[in-house]
Amino acid sequence: MTGAASTEDLLRELAPRVLGAVARRYGDFADAEDAVQEALLAAATTWPGQGRPANPLGWLIRVAGRRLTDAYRSDDARRRRELLAASWSRPAAGPQPGGEDTGQDDTLVVMFMCCHPSLAPGSAIPLTLRAVGGLTTREIATAFLVPEATMAQRISRAKATVKASGEPFQLPPPGQQAGRLRSVLHVLYLLFNEGYASSSGPDLARTDLSGEAIRLARGLRSSLPDRPEVAGLLALMLLTDARRPARTGPHGELIPLAEQDRGRWDRALIAEGVALITEALRRGQPGEYELQAAIAAVHDQAAGHTSTNWGEILSLYRALERLTGNPMVTLNRAVAAAMAQGPQAGLDVLDGVAGQLGEHHRFHAVRAHLLELAGDQAAAQAEFGAAAARATNLRERDYLTTQAARLASGGPG
Amino acid sequence: MRFMLLQNYGPAESGCPPMTEWSPADVRAHIEFQQALNTELAGLGELVDAQGLAGPDEARFVISDGASPPVITDGPYPESKELLAGYRLVDVDSAARAIEIAAQASAAPGPGGVPIRQPIEVRQVLSAPDPEV
Repeated sequence: MTGAASTEDLLRELAPRVLGAVARRYGDFADAEDAVQEALLAAATTWPGQGRPANPLGWLIRVAGRRLTDAYRSDDARRRRELLAASWSRPAAGPQPGGEDTGQDDTLVVMFMCCHPSLAPGSAIPLTLRAVGGLTTREIATAFLVPEATMAQRISRAKATVKASGEPFQLPPPGQQAGRLRSVLHVLYLLFNEGYASSSGPDLARTDLSGEAIRLARGLRSSLPDRPEVAGLLALMLLTDARRPARTGPHGELIPLAEQDRGRWDRALIAEGVALITEALRRGQPGEYELQAAIAAVHDQAAGHTSTNWGEILSLYRALERLTGNPMVTLNRAVAAAMAQGPQAGLDVLDGVAGQLGEHHRFHAVRAHLLELAGDQAAAQAEFGAAAARATNLRERDYLTTQAARLASGGPG
Repeated sequence: MRFMLLQNYGPAESGCPPMTEWSPADVRAHIEFQQALNTELAGLGELVDAQGLAGPDEARFVISDGASPPVITDGPYPESKELLAGYRLVDVDSAARAIEIAAQASAAPGPGGVPIRQPIEVRQVLSAPDPEV
């Protein structure tokens, strides 16, 4: 490992703890976040040349604190402090003297702030990446393909929204923690998907967002080791990421699960994910992420597509459907039903959601697939075409168009 | 979600004359409106890009079979109203928000400050696929 890389890793690991300490001391999350960004940049530029301080965490807290004090000394300092006093209440214990760092709890508080329920995911995700993940605005902007100035505005508006909520810098009260944790998990889940969806072909230069989501989920799990939903989400990410090497072809084209080269799946990630989800499922009533992880685990442990335990997957999708009421889950159940009980069983399941999902490309894609399994090539071809016309992402549309063309030319391709 | 808001040279619903026939003050007001809208969208963290394109007279159509020299056609084009005049690329939380921005753009001021009601084509940019569940 090079010195530069390890400095970067260290800074990113320390970022939320520095922020926690500074926010705790000064009572202002939004301003503290700016000051911490400056301190991180200062460290990134000076440490490699001048050497790392003996106490990196203390150094960063001190520098960030100084930046914040300087900002408050500027001409509107008094007014700002008054506003702060009015809008922010401090933790009951007040600012803590001396060793402000309380480690993982602070990281957790920062995460709860960034995934505040008043924020849309499009704002919560970048704020989390910056405040918890320690990424720079430029890196985040590049990852989401927007100009840096636009991303800076989005993050600063997100912070203003959190500030306006008047939430003190402390863990939410126990009665609210489960609900707030759901918001955090949802943000990490979307962040993972964002990265997973774009992690190939021409997008390779983008920051590894799914890797970042996994890192943050690992951090969350070490803060909350007894929460099965956290273990479930981490397991889901690992079990999904394990398939990444086999998921796209040489030109970035999508390779469906059925056709993936399972020899390219990452066995170490699968083992870790399976262990995590097995342990989480022992804790009783599984939630949404545990069920999804359990499904991924069945796929990842199967030797091949047809030899997969489709009966098990079908019952897991049934449980997931009952829990979420999400018609998109029903589409997946239809595929599982077709594999376990024959194509007609799957088509019957689809009929149940035709009214709700008839305009969604996935509905037509699944229908096309099942019609082909049932031997109705002409109808399958038309459905692939209908799916392609409604697709909202390029690689999926390419795949669907190719399937329609394959059936139109009468061959299995 | 990303949307491209496209504006063609087609006639506006208000039936107003082409911009070259407006008073200078009206032209200025229109340009300021467009710039202010871009500033507003950037401030909201929603603007990815906004560009105006050179006029139809500058447009070229290029056709090639990959072997012989390409056939290049210059304007003027009888169907110039179908040509793109400019676009905004926005990154927003919902389709409804994209429609809202398009409505704002459509109501850009024309002669006498009257909204020109220019049709704005709203097109979602294809994203990358979701992971299979």
